[in-house]
Amino acid sequence: MTDPTLPQRRRFLVPLGLLASVVLLPLALSACTDNVPVSSAASARGPITVSSSDDGCDVSSSETASGNLTFSVKNDGGQVTEFYLLAEDGLRIVGEVENIGPGISRNLVVTAPAGKYITACKPGMVGDGIRGAFTVTDSGQSLDVDTDLAKLSTTATAQYTSYVKDQTEQLLASTKDFAEAFRTGNTPTARDLYATTRMHWERIEPVAESFGDLDPKLDLREADLEPGEDWTGWHRAEKDLFPPADYTPMTAPERARIADQLVTDTADLYTRTRTVEITTDKLGNGAKELLDEVATGKVTGEEEAWSHTDLWDFQANVDGARIAFENLKPILEQRNPELAAELENRFTVLQTKLTTYATGDGFTYYDQLTAAQIQELAALVDSLAEPLSGLTAAVVL
Amino acid sequence: MTNVTRRGLLSLAGAGGVGAAAGFVGHGAFSTTGAAAVTPSDTVAFYGDKQAGITTPAQDRLHIAAFDVLTEDRDELIGLLKDWTAAAAAMTQGLDAGTTGAVNGPYDAPPEDTGEAQGLSASNLTVTFGFGSTLFEKDGAARFGLAGRRPAALIDLPHFPGDDLQEQRSDGDLVIQACSDDPQVAVHAIRNLARIGFGKVRVRWSQLGFGRTSSTSRSQQTPRNLFGFKDGTSNVRAEDSTLLDQHVWVPTGGPAAEEWMAGGSYLVARRIRMHIETWDRTSLREQEAVVGRTKAEGAPMSGGTEFTEPDFAATGRANAPLIASDSHVRLAHPDQNKGVQMLRRGYNFTDGSDGLGHLDAGLFFIAFVTDARSHYVPMQRAMARHDTMSVDYLVHTGSGLYAVPPGIQEGGYVGESLFVS
Repeated sequence: MTDPTLPQRRRFLVPLGLLASVVLLPLALSACTDNVPVSSAASARGPITVSSSDDGCDVSSSETASGNLTFSVKNDGGQVTEFYLLAEDGLRIVGEVENIGPGISRNLVVTAPAGKYITACKPGMVGDGIRGAFTVTDSGQSLDVDTDLAKLSTTATAQYTSYVKDQTEQLLASTKDFAEAFRTGNTPTARDLYATTRMHWERIEPVAESFGDLDPKLDLREADLEPGEDWTGWHRAEKDLFPPADYTPMTAPERARIADQLVTDTADLYTRTRTVEITTDKLGNGAKELLDEVATGKVTGEEEAWSHTDLWDFQANVDGARIAFENLKPILEQRNPELAAELENRFTVLQTKLTTYATGDGFTYYDQLTAAQIQELAALVDSLAEPLSGLTAAVVL
Repeated sequence: MTNVTRRGLLSLAGAGGVGAAAGFVGHGAFSTTGAAAVTPSDTVAFYGDKQAGITTPAQDRLHIAAFDVLTEDRDELIGLLKDWTAAAAAMTQGLDAGTTGAVNGPYDAPPEDTGEAQGLSASNLTVTFGFGSTLFEKDGAARFGLAGRRPAALIDLPHFPGDDLQEQRSDGDLVIQACSDDPQVAVHAIRNLARIGFGKVRVRWSQLGFGRTSSTSRSQQTPRNLFGFKDGTSNVRAEDSTLLDQHVWVPTGGPAAEEWMAGGSYLVARRIRMHIETWDRTSLREQEAVVGRTKAEGAPMSGGTEFTEPDFAATGRANAPLIASDSHVRLAHPDQNKGVQMLRRGYNFTDGSDGLGHLDAGLFFIAFVTDARSHYVPMQRAMARHDTMSVDYLVHTGSGLYAVPPGIQEGGYVGESLFVS
């Protein structure tokens, strides 16, 4: 899978080789994400324990009442195992936990209405697994069941995939213009294009970073280098365009090399994103990661050390997170309408504040913000990021 | 004249009565471990072949400080090392610093000992000394007649990707690590040593650590770092004498000019800030994948229990490794680092907040190694670039490498082998 020699910053995307085996979204209802806090209803009943051994699948109860169910699965065998809750047809996956090493326990939390189900342990991860009948009786608790959720998921990921492709197209086109200006020594134009071009990158940063070899070529800061390492990409150009004191400007051939490499690597990114596939959980995590980027890199003014265009990146990261949220919102509104409303509100509050720093085509330079203004922005980012971290668990089916 | 026993009165009460007596005189509030801290023996020997505070079972608290030497006079430096040795020897035995201690000196003179440890036990205090490269040479010129004596292993650590080192938290001519089970005892030690040094040294940086993040003895449980994960599960322990000789102590038989370090070690200090707020927003799935161990038990993701050896070849669905290729446990493991190991002795810290509403918290990493060139630099280079935890959730804000001389014999002083030979 991932080449261990390559830097890898984020897990936004599963490597393409794995995509074929990523389990298809279930056709209906039910949360299937492991390790989620147990709801009060479920904890009142206590978890259903499952012991998965090499030749057995011992489920502590074959019947429970409808609602949030927690299966506490322990691998008591010697092989890696998986556990599934399947619909009555034995095909449709209601929930699953995978990659449970020997001796390890993991929780599966699902929302299940009354009906007949099948449990299955799959030691060795092969075959149909060791199956058993499982019944969910009607608890009287009303469940948010919407058979269109899977369709909404497909729509959400398709929309976001289009967004990624569109941003990459714009990034490539704009990068070519930037590179031309940079190469030919047209510094004013290059400076103008620097921040606006980078916004396309910053909007889809978790996707771009998931290509572990491209990210360091394109977006490494000087502090990220090892001694003697070749430095290419945006921030190499930034330093030459917004030079600090006692800086030796690049020669024309040096500029040409950086410009060419920037276009080549961005074209590579463009090509790779043509076939990108994004799942719902990656979409939710990506939104959270974009806010992490703001909280740790932009709010501190570290990202754009010379150009001080951090607010352009800040806006772009928020844009990307908001698009992901909006794509997922139809699902979230069914699963957790309170969270949807809260996030909507927090995005608006942050955006309203950010907009007060907009000037003409851009934003105030970061070194012109006061400490109090930065603190205020940081607090708004945290106010959004905290509830946003609940998005993935709420939308994963 | 002998040192003053700061617990003279209390010791009469016997071990069973000390906890109550300490509470009575009002020091109980300082001891976070309370009455439970009173154990039959909580004194660590100061003298020996090796300095204490390395293989000593990791105490709960840390106060470490680095100093720059102000004088250029060799004799004055040696005099300071002798004074420090005497004071450290006394304080580690639960005694006051100085001959008249906290309250037994002239009425018109400030007390020799600052006094805040009165009534407190030794709390397993250890004081460990180390020498930075700038003690040997600065700006290209040798100091203190130590030309040619700087060990080759006492390198200037290279810049690692992502480093955001602050000068006022890094390096220094001398370092003193004070560890104890009571924070006030560790602070007392550094405070009194700094005071003894006035005029000869100045404090360059200092750091408090409030909770150990590793075990250095099999008798200890594995503690947790501020990410909530067990830390130091596969640490080198005091009981692993062969591993210690191989990976921690400087062997004899090196270059003659470096023979003074035989039986010593190298202390790597890194102040590692954790982005704990973003970490806390990360799913348990991601946290466990990033670490490579389960959060509850500390078992490797390949299975088993905490002390099961990780199986890096184990794969799950779609043949993906169960212990991710960019996980911390994989990249830090000896298998990925030519078999090298470190004796880690780090501490959790929280230094207020950063002005942006985030805790300035993390792990003050301390490791003892036989040679940082083989036992720290290659691993850290790989971690800084490939370890998702390091790249996304950590930033190194302070750094230091110090030569820790061998142990001190009674009547001698720390670093004597460097200055007499």
